[in-house]
Amino acid sequence: MSAGIGAADIGRDPAWPEISFEDRIGTATFHVHHEAHIVVDGKVCADCSTRECIVACPANLFVPTSDGGILFNYEQCFECGTCYMVCNREGAITWNYPEGGHGVVFKLT
Amino acid sequence: MPEVDAIVVGAGPAGSCAAIVLARAGKQVVLIERGPFPGSKNMYGGVVYPRILDQLIPNWWLEAPVQRWITRRQTMIMTDTKALTIDFRSQAWGVPPYNGATAFRPDFDKWLADKAVEAGAELICSTTVTGLLHDSAGKVSGVTTDRPDGELTASVVIACDGVNSFLAKQEGLYGTLDAANYTLGVKETLALPKDTIDERFGVRGTDGVDIEIIGCSGDVNGGGFIYTNLDTIAVGLVLKLPKLAAQSKRPEELIASMKDHSAIAPLVEGGELKEYSAHLIPKAGIAMLPTLSADGLLITGDAAALCLAAGIWLEGVNFAIASGMYAGEAVVEALRAKDTSVAGLAGYQRRLESTFVLKDHRKLRRIPELVMSDRVQHLYPELATSVAERMFRVDNPDPKPGLRRILNQERKRVGIRRRDLARDSFDGLRGFG
Repeated sequence: MSAGIGAADIGRDPAWPEISFEDRIGTATFHVHHEAHIVVDGKVCADCSTRECIVACPANLFVPTSDGGILFNYEQCFECGTCYMVCNREGAITWNYPEGGHGVVFKLT
Repeated sequence: MPEVDAIVVGAGPAGSCAAIVLARAGKQVVLIERGPFPGSKNMYGGVVYPRILDQLIPNWWLEAPVQRWITRRQTMIMTDTKALTIDFRSQAWGVPPYNGATAFRPDFDKWLADKAVEAGAELICSTTVTGLLHDSAGKVSGVTTDRPDGELTASVVIACDGVNSFLAKQEGLYGTLDAANYTLGVKETLALPKDTIDERFGVRGTDGVDIEIIGCSGDVNGGGFIYTNLDTIAVGLVLKLPKLAAQSKRPEELIASMKDHSAIAPLVEGGELKEYSAHLIPKAGIAMLPTLSADGLLITGDAAALCLAAGIWLEGVNFAIASGMYAGEAVVEALRAKDTSVAGLAGYQRRLESTFVLKDHRKLRRIPELVMSDRVQHLYPELATSVAERMFRVDNPDPKPGLRRILNQERKRVGIRRRDLARDSFDGLRGFG
């Protein structure tokens, strides 16, 4: 739960429970294909100190590892394009759409 | 001989409307969609302005799958502890032909694609177009797909493949990509009982509310929105990509902060998250307009960056519908004249230039940058809300200082130079035309 500004002002109960990211992303539907549509080259990322993808990816697919690398999982991806747009390392992210019929399926958007 | 007259890539509003026009003109048209059904990959803030559909589907409002008709619009300017709202209502927008409506894209886009199928277009779903085919002269001659034996040839390809258009990129129609031209739209669809929504937002029946907010996106330049659906609300943010990437709060954390604001919390609290979603928006307007055609190829909608993000106007679906429709008309003309080169397809650009599609973009060309500027994003909300607070505050025994004095004092306190305020006011007035 982020420390919201103003929550205290209105005298309501402590903010309603903010759900875990896992539950959040679980509200969207994904038809996962066995092949990754996005490939991240860990060797390039290991040299990157800015790592824009970690904060910007709305699906939180880029996770820093203890050894200074980045762990990436394509499965619950919105296919939005934010990662390759903010990445400033040539060749770090190879981005395609998933195989037809696969990937995210929106319903209430 | 090409296998079909036209291939339309992407069954969003642009693609379906292009296909409707072509099919009604008796052309063989194949509409290819990578999702399992049209609209399944599409997400937006939540409001569509469908009047342009009058030209394709008369009385569209009788059948379009909308959630609520927007009869109340608010623009909210906020800081961490204050909010100033302009609140407008018109019951004229609650009766035909209406103005704006909330709708879910998986419903709306599927409905439009069904219209294309009714008109005679062939819709192929679950198929990703992987690239363009070219003939020996370099003219686009069809597409490759991820289906076995998945090549298909056509006289013309219309790329309606969205903000990340691989086809426009393959054909070199974009210049160098600049992340600063894009925002990330991220939203929560929250369930609330219909009566609760009616009470909180002050509407009845199928009347709905559109709230757009500036000053609610933390350190990231952008804006917020709340839209009422029938028994859900859409709450979200648009976030300028480089600014989002350069700070430490994740998109869902920024939404949580917005929802905690004392002006927002009473509207949204208790809403159960039904779907979390995100999508990129081409938001720089005419400044990022790509080349719109190549021999045998037209690009439309988000693929052509035809999305208007100009402060009080946040429109995209109507630009997609119009550009798709005009692309369809231009292709019909080109096929008739048997010239599908750039010259033969020039009717597309001509139609865009002579209608709201490019006229609005040209008229409002200064606005997207102004709205996203640091002063508008971070300083003016503080100025506007502070001035309002001091005007409404009763400081007895002190006498009222008067508006001009308050404005000047607050301008200095917030740290806005007089000439910047004058220039931005002038740009704003001139920019809004």
